[in-house]
Amino acid sequence: MPRKLPMYKAISEAIAQEMERDENVFVMGEDIGAYGGIFGATSGLLEKFGPERVKDTPISESAFIGAALGAASKGMRPIVELMFVDFFGVAMDQIYNHIAKAHYMSGGQVKMPVVIMTAMGGGYSDAAQHSQCLYGLFAHVPGLKIVIPSNSYDAKGLMISAIRDDNPVMYFFHKGLMGLGWMPSPPEAAVEVPEEPYTVPIGEAKIVREGDDVTIVAVAKMVYEALWAAEELEKEGISAEVIDLRTLVPLDRKAILDSVKKTGRLVVVDEDYRSYGMSGEVIATVVENGVSLEVPPVRIAYPDVPVPYSRVLERYVLPDKEKIINAVKTII
Amino acid sequence: MAKLEEIPKETLLEIYKRMHKIRTYEETLAEWYYKEKSPRFDISAGPIPGELHLSSGQESAAVGVCMHLKPEDALIGTHRAHHFAIAKGVDLKKMTAEIFGKATGLSGGKGGHMHLFDAKYNFSCSGIVGASFPQAVGVGIAAKLKGEDYVAVAVGGDGAANQGTFHEALNLAAIWKLPVIFVIEDNSWAISVPKEKSTAVSKNSERAAAYGIPGVSVDGMDVIAVYEVAKEAIERARRGEGPSLIEIKVYRLRGHFEGDPQHYRPKEDLELAKQKDPLLNFEKMLLEKGIVTEEELNKIKEENIKEVQEAIDFAVNSPYPEPEEALKGVFAGGE
Repeated sequence: MPRKLPMYKAISEAIAQEMERDENVFVMGEDIGAYGGIFGATSGLLEKFGPERVKDTPISESAFIGAALGAASKGMRPIVELMFVDFFGVAMDQIYNHIAKAHYMSGGQVKMPVVIMTAMGGGYSDAAQHSQCLYGLFAHVPGLKIVIPSNSYDAKGLMISAIRDDNPVMYFFHKGLMGLGWMPSPPEAAVEVPEEPYTVPIGEAKIVREGDDVTIVAVAKMVYEALWAAEELEKEGISAEVIDLRTLVPLDRKAILDSVKKTGRLVVVDEDYRSYGMSGEVIATVVENGVSLEVPPVRIAYPDVPVPYSRVLERYVLPDKEKIINAVKTII
Repeated sequence: MAKLEEIPKETLLEIYKRMHKIRTYEETLAEWYYKEKSPRFDISAGPIPGELHLSSGQESAAVGVCMHLKPEDALIGTHRAHHFAIAKGVDLKKMTAEIFGKATGLSGGKGGHMHLFDAKYNFSCSGIVGASFPQAVGVGIAAKLKGEDYVAVAVGGDGAANQGTFHEALNLAAIWKLPVIFVIEDNSWAISVPKEKSTAVSKNSERAAAYGIPGVSVDGMDVIAVYEVAKEAIERARRGEGPSLIEIKVYRLRGHFEGDPQHYRPKEDLELAKQKDPLLNFEKMLLEKGIVTEEELNKIKEENIKEVQEAIDFAVNSPYPEPEEALKGVFAGGE
C-alpha cells in the first residue's frame, strides 16, 4: 500500500527499523526523547525503545559526540543528533580530529560506524547562528561521508545506508523539507515511501529531470528551486537537466561529467557559502576532467556573508528559482 | 524580607518599573508574533519572523542583577535575553525595530531577536548556548589590564552549565581573579530536558566549589533576594576580589520558544510556574507592607504600557533595510 510520508517521519521510521534489526543501534542528543527531536527526526522512538537506547543528553556536545566514538569503538552503532549544524563548533574537535580520523590513524584497526545528523538551512529569519548549511566545511575533512536527502524516499534509504555504513556519516536534513507543521515545505518533498526497510546507496547522484541545454546541479531545498526554474525555462524552449547530488562525500563525479558532456553548460546552485565550497568542487571536477563547456560555468550560492535576520535581507542573498532562471539565461 | 525596608523607596519603585516593563513588553511581543501566523502556524510568517524566546517569569533575575550595573559594565546574555536587555537599559525602540527586522533596529535588521548588540550599554547576546561565559572572562581581562573598574556579567541557563565553556571560563576567571559574575538562570528546562535529568548536582551554585569561588543559590521568586545576592557579588568583583557564581531559580511562564507545544512539560509544572510569579509576588509584597499605593503602581504601569506601545509603533512604522545591505559589513574598515 503506497503512502506518502513527510521527511521527518521517513527518517524516524528508518531509525526505528534499524534499531529493531540491530540492537547495537542507539540514539543520543538534545531533545531527541520526549520531544522527538526539535525537527521530528526521532519522533516516537522513546516510546518504542525506552530511555536507555534513546538518550536525551545535557547540552554537552563535546561529551556526547565524543562518546559516540567510544561506543563505536566497542561495536555499537550510535546515531547522534545535534539540532542545528550551526552548533557543531562546540564539538568540532571530536568530529574532525577524532571521529573522522580514527580509522585512518589506527591503520584500519578501528571502525567508526557513527551517524551524526543535524538540521541545516535558512529562509525563515533565524539569522546567522541558526540558518547555515556548512556541509562544505565538513565535506572538506577527510574521513566523513556527507549525505543530504531532498525527499522522504531518499531520506529513509540514505538513513538506513548511513546506519549500516562502517564509516562516520554526517546526515544533513534541511529544516524546510521536513514537512513540519510550523515550517512550510515544498509538497514535492513528501513522496511515497515503502514500509519495508531499503537502502539508497551513498555516493550516487540522481538525475531528477532530464534535459539537453544546461545542467543544473543542486542539493536539498535547492533541488526544488532548480526544478521550478527548469519548468519555467521549458516554457521558453530551454531544456534543463537537474541533478540532485544526494551525497557530497563520496561525490558522484561521473553523473556530473556525463550530464555536462551532454549539455555543455553548467549552473551550480548552493545554499552553503559560495567560496571554497561545494559549488567550487563541482566546477573543479568538470575542469580537471577536461570537459569543455560552451561557456564558463555559473554558481549561484550564498554570498560570503553571515545569514542576515531581516526577511528582506535574507531573501536578497538566498539562492532561488528566479536567480537560477536569470543565470541560465545569461549562458544560453 | 527584613531587607525590604532598608532599601530606598525609589529603588523599589525602579525595580518594580523594570520588572513590569519587561512583562508588558514580552506579552505584547507575543501578541504581535502570532499576527499573520493563523490559521496555520508558520515560523517564517508575520511581522516578527523567526524564533522568539520570551522571558516572562524570569524578570527578577535580570532586574535584581542589572540594578547594580552601570552602562560601562558588560552583560552578555543568551538566546532568551530581552529581560536583561531592558534591565540593562538598551534602547527599547531600537531593540524592537531589530526584532521586527527593520533598518532602524540596533543592527539594522542583521542580528535579530537572538543577536541583540548595543555597544553603548555593553550589551550583547547569542544564540549559542554557553557562549557568554568565556566572553565575559575577556571583558574581565580587559578591565584588569586597563586598570578600569567595570565588571562583566555572563548569563546562561541551567542547560548551559553543562557546556565545557562554563567550566573552562569559571576556572580562568578564578585563577586570574577577574571581575566576572557568572549568572545561571535556572528555569529547570533545557528546552524539553528537565534539569534533574541533565545535571548531576541539584544546585549549580555547588559547582563554584570546584573552582574555589563563592557560589550562591537564590530564589528568583523574591527579587529583593536576587538584588541582595547580586549586590554582594558585583561589589566583590569591583573590589578586585574575583569572580562569583550566582544561581537564580526562576520559572519559565511560556514555552522554550513561541509555538512550542510543550507536550513534554507536566501540567503541574506549568501551574507551579504560574503560581511562582515574581512580578505579582513583588507587587503584593510592596502593597501589603504599605510601601507603595495602588495609584503609584498604576502610574508606573501606565507609563510602561505607553513606552512599550511607542516602541512597537516605532518598529512597525520603520522601513525595512535596503536588500543590498545584506552584502555589506562583513569586515570592518570598508564594505
